[in-house]
Amino acid sequence: MLGQLDFSIVGPGLPFIWIGLLFSLKLTLVAMSGGIVLGTLLALARTSSKVAASRAAAAYVNTVRSIPLLMVILWFFFLIPLFTGAPMGAENSALITFTAFEAAYYSEIVRAGLNSVPQPQRFAAAALGLTKIQALAHVVLPQAFRNMLPVLLTQTIVLFQDTSLVYAIGAKDLLKAAEITGKNYNRPVEMYLFVALIYFSICFCLSTLVKCLQKRIAIIR
Amino acid sequence: MNYHWNWGVYLEQVSSGDERYLDWIVSALGWTVAVSMTAWVIALLLGGVVGTLRTAPNRWLVIAGNAWVEFFRNVPLLVQLFIWFFVVPEFLPAELSRWVKQDMPAKEFFTATICLGLFTSARVAEQVRSGIQSLPRGQKMAGLAMGFTLAQTYRYVILPMAFRIVIPPLTSEFMNIIKNSAVAFAIGLMELTFISRQMIEESGQVFESLLAATILYTVCAFAANRVMAFIEARARVPGYIAGAK
Repeated sequence: MLGQLDFSIVGPGLPFIWIGLLFSLKLTLVAMSGGIVLGTLLALARTSSKVAASRAAAAYVNTVRSIPLLMVILWFFFLIPLFTGAPMGAENSALITFTAFEAAYYSEIVRAGLNSVPQPQRFAAAALGLTKIQALAHVVLPQAFRNMLPVLLTQTIVLFQDTSLVYAIGAKDLLKAAEITGKNYNRPVEMYLFVALIYFSICFCLSTLVKCLQKRIAIIR
Repeated sequence: MNYHWNWGVYLEQVSSGDERYLDWIVSALGWTVAVSMTAWVIALLLGGVVGTLRTAPNRWLVIAGNAWVEFFRNVPLLVQLFIWFFVVPEFLPAELSRWVKQDMPAKEFFTATICLGLFTSARVAEQVRSGIQSLPRGQKMAGLAMGFTLAQTYRYVILPMAFRIVIPPLTSEFMNIIKNSAVAFAIGLMELTFISRQMIEESGQVFESLLAATILYTVCAFAANRVMAFIEARARVPGYIAGAK
């Protein structure tokens, strides 16, 4: 069998796979930026002194984290049209789902990052006359984000891998594009191997970068 | 919001047979639990071995262990599943390949279990390695100084401590393996996600179907959490782990 592998179909299939890869990357970037912003708000709510806000944020984060991502994808896919009244494409549904889902995971990372900033820093900021928001924006958050940068990036690599799960609602991401190409050319085995290689190269490079970054940050601190 | 709730749907008969939807859900729960538990055993055994080898004083063992972990961690689970299901049988010897493709009983179950077990073993290996390396170096030196061989030092000194230290991170891996078992729907294993999609198609009751699966996943993950917490409490080294967290 090994001798019968024919990777010549990768060439003609490439433009289609490229479109799939672009969607996977778009989904990753949108969910990452949206997820980090929402996750920061969730983490702030969770660590705030307002009991209602912190309970609500904790309930959201714990619920989302206890459900398989596949289930969340299906929930949103069926729930969103119910609110908007019109069916929504699998691609847009995936963008919303991943942002909402990843926000819960990012918020746990941000929360740990916020806790990693020593309490006296906040006291010092208050003593200098900064308001709470100024203290957050200029003192606490910059240090927190620096501490959690490697973990945030690692979570983003996980997120990139998880985007393959949009397969369940038929969105055309990298995996789906490769599968369709494999079916069209009747070469599914080669396409699965090829797509695994793409995922591996991207994730391996990124995680090696994160390791370097981690070392540099650790030395400076 | 105009959605017609029908909580009685679980007791209704499926349109394609004489079972009730409840029977489907119960058997789906069985598959989910079976895949998760079997894969967890594989992951613990392999992950324990690979994680230990990665701390061995032998360059080749470390490289092999690292390659194992990098390979399984950098390819999405769903892609790995497709490779086990569609690609691996093509590379088996002709006889075996034909048997796997045509006659193998419960093919989806075994494929999903092996895939999930190996995938999680890489994560377990990573935890075990960092657990072993978090031990003070003096423990290993003391073991060797007592005249233990390296293998004995691992068996009686290092591993009993390391495995207890890694129980908390392993708890979340145990919960992850249950959640990750959902991907098995993609190769047609009739587990919770598959059945809830099937139930949506047959009954049209979207949210009752999703709710049943979601609640059962949560219950399973919670049960896994409690079991690990029980083991953690029983295996605690007095005065050691309690202070660590």
